[in-house]
Amino acid sequence: MNPLTITILFVTAYLTVFLTAKMGGIISFLGTQIDLLPALIVYAGLTTSPIVIAGLAIWCGLLFDTLSANPLGITIHPLLVIGLAVHHRKELILRDQAYAQFILGAAASAASPLITALLLIATDHRPLIGWGSIWQLMIQTLAGGCCAPLCFQFFDRIHKAFNYQPAPESSFRQDREIKRGRA
Amino acid sequence: MFKRPQYIALSVVLLLALIFISLPSRMTAHLKLALGSLFLPLFGLAGSTQKALDQGGAALRSKRSLVQELEQLHRENEQLRIFTNQTAQVWEENNQLRQALTWQRQTRWPLKPARVILRDPANWWRSVHIDIGRRDGITTNMPVLTTDGLVGKVILVGYNNSQVVLIGDPNCRVSALIEDLDRANPTRKPASPVSHGVIVSGESSILDPTIVDLTYIDRQTPLKPGQKVLTSGLGGVFPRGIPIGQIADSSSVGYGLYLDARVKLAANLAHLDQVWVMTQ
Repeated sequence: MNPLTITILFVTAYLTVFLTAKMGGIISFLGTQIDLLPALIVYAGLTTSPIVIAGLAIWCGLLFDTLSANPLGITIHPLLVIGLAVHHRKELILRDQAYAQFILGAAASAASPLITALLLIATDHRPLIGWGSIWQLMIQTLAGGCCAPLCFQFFDRIHKAFNYQPAPESSFRQDREIKRGRA
Repeated sequence: MFKRPQYIALSVVLLLALIFISLPSRMTAHLKLALGSLFLPLFGLAGSTQKALDQGGAALRSKRSLVQELEQLHRENEQLRIFTNQTAQVWEENNQLRQALTWQRQTRWPLKPARVILRDPANWWRSVHIDIGRRDGITTNMPVLTTDGLVGKVILVGYNNSQVVLIGDPNCRVSALIEDLDRANPTRKPASPVSHGVIVSGESSILDPTIVDLTYIDRQTPLKPGQKVLTSGLGGVFPRGIPIGQIADSSSVGYGLYLDARVKLAANLAHLDQVWVMTQ
């Protein structure tokens, strides 16, 4: 992945955090916020290096916690764990298949709030959690799953637009050319 | 298994995250404000887009409806002027009586208007960001309200924006009193006691932010749906008498030791746009 695509990934994360905090209408309609960062970190986990994943986890985590009442830095952990876990198994994942992207996005969107909630409880904070949180988790999982294929499509297009395409290979070889007629 | 760069990335990030979590709260607040300034261009962009959309919407409205609205506002304005004059007289009379009884004079609530610009992106906190800050004289713990009732208090103040924790958040507890329903009844028994309780976040406020729990109410209190809940003034953050909401239902808890009630908030926290910060 070239530096420009990585920059676009970071800018998208910045805009995603802002839009998540700006979407007030969705909360009143669904009763939950929709977090798109796990889908983004899944894409990064499958396409970039561990250093970029770590950088993105720090960037997204700090931005998210800045706009939230979360303790600063708590969201870094789940994003990093998800990113590195996906990166660790990336050879086994069919990343071009939409259903694989959906399942990965959904699993990441379910795991991220769970890890964060556990960390909050472990660090002696009292988050607002109850039976209603199951509904919120279900919606988040579904939304994360739906957003992951879109995220993959968007970044694949950007990657194609800003990278040289591999030249089509031809079976023609000059040294094996059969020349007819007299030499 | 994990390769070397993964180990390095993992350990560096974990170390950084641990440092952030263990920082003192004041330093964390400063860091949050510094990082929050990264969003300033987007705040500006969102504000100007909203303004342009409002102007576009206004341009599309017919002149007739605008004239009708203007007339209605004129009428409302005149009614409010009369009402203000009446209350000013009552206010002055009240203060004279207080002075005669050597009670402390009541002061008006100095209010500053603010607009809600962002909501908390996490599901387990109830907080919003408003577009006024230190520049406008805002400090922490200032009460925030709408024309309907209490909204919350300021917890973090930046130069030109602030974070407000809403009622129903685990970090916003409000001492409340339940107004007697029979107060308006002239035949009621005199000196009927007013019950106190504490507004806390509850199970019901997870999906519906307009419902909160009122707990530690005296078990002798006859609670009825529709009873008004106001701030009690205890605790020193919220002045007495700000409307919070109405009792929705109640139940006995703690083996009958005290009562719990669900309160329907007067202010609609799900659709907050314009709020007022009490700057004293």
